[in-house]
Amino acid sequence: MWTWFYRLASPPYVYRVAAGLTPWFLTLAAIAIGCGLIAGLVFAPPDYQQGDAFRIIYVHAPSAWLSLFAYITMALAGGIALIWRIKMGHAVAAASAPIGASFTLAALVTGSLWGRPMWGTYWAWDPRLTSELILLFLYVGVMALRPAFEDPGRGDRAAALLSIVGVVNVPIIKYSVVWWNSLHQGATVAKLGKPSMPGSMLWPLLTMFLGFMLFYGAVLCIRLRGEVLNRERQAMWVREALKS
Amino acid sequence: MISSSFWSMGGYARYVWPCVAFVCTVLAWNLWSALRYFAAARQRAARALAMAASDSA
Repeated sequence: MWTWFYRLASPPYVYRVAAGLTPWFLTLAAIAIGCGLIAGLVFAPPDYQQGDAFRIIYVHAPSAWLSLFAYITMALAGGIALIWRIKMGHAVAAASAPIGASFTLAALVTGSLWGRPMWGTYWAWDPRLTSELILLFLYVGVMALRPAFEDPGRGDRAAALLSIVGVVNVPIIKYSVVWWNSLHQGATVAKLGKPSMPGSMLWPLLTMFLGFMLFYGAVLCIRLRGEVLNRERQAMWVREALKS
Repeated sequence: MISSSFWSMGGYARYVWPCVAFVCTVLAWNLWSALRYFAAARQRAARALAMAASDSA
């Protein structure tokens, strides 16, 4: 049962699997994002309160979701690397960090642009916005910590520890709109019971979520191959891999 | 042809289109930087292997 898990500890296996998955993820991501964006911007009806400004959700919500998903992936991979001493875990964590940071920035910028017409301000020290900003700082901290040590192994462990400690911020972001009075609207899709969106608005959004996840998978695979090569450049299998 | 009301986004064009443009830029940057990172790693690995081969020769 655990064979597949232990195979993920093998750098040549990870390199090969990542290379095989990349074109599939990338093609499907392009189709899903293209369809989702066209459906969201052209075919979805305007919101009865927010008008067409609500269409920002089609790029904002998937970015915000991905910022959390990439962080959880990074922390999980770091945890696996620390507990089972699987070096590939550190490689996955290192590959995930810049992707997550860029989508956190995208979520903050698009949220800010949505906030101006809806709240009358680009920024408020609201629990959701502030905790998302802390997430960006955590990403930057993790990315800065890794190369700050002369011994790469120590850098990997320190970055993994910081990402695990920082994972406490994830439920704070998710439930900040429930726990505190917030300007930010509550959950519309990921909530118990029925999503508070009609199907014509919901399907483009779900397609965008899927597209962003596939895109994350593709970029993670490309970055992961780079990480594996950087860490294994003296290994014999790399010679064969570079020839192909 | 797409109507002008589509581009004006009900008066919210100055907020909607920059958001779309920014996220598209982030997507493109992610792909470009990942490919560049991989290409650089490949080059470094090839150089390391070439040096190891010349050392052993």
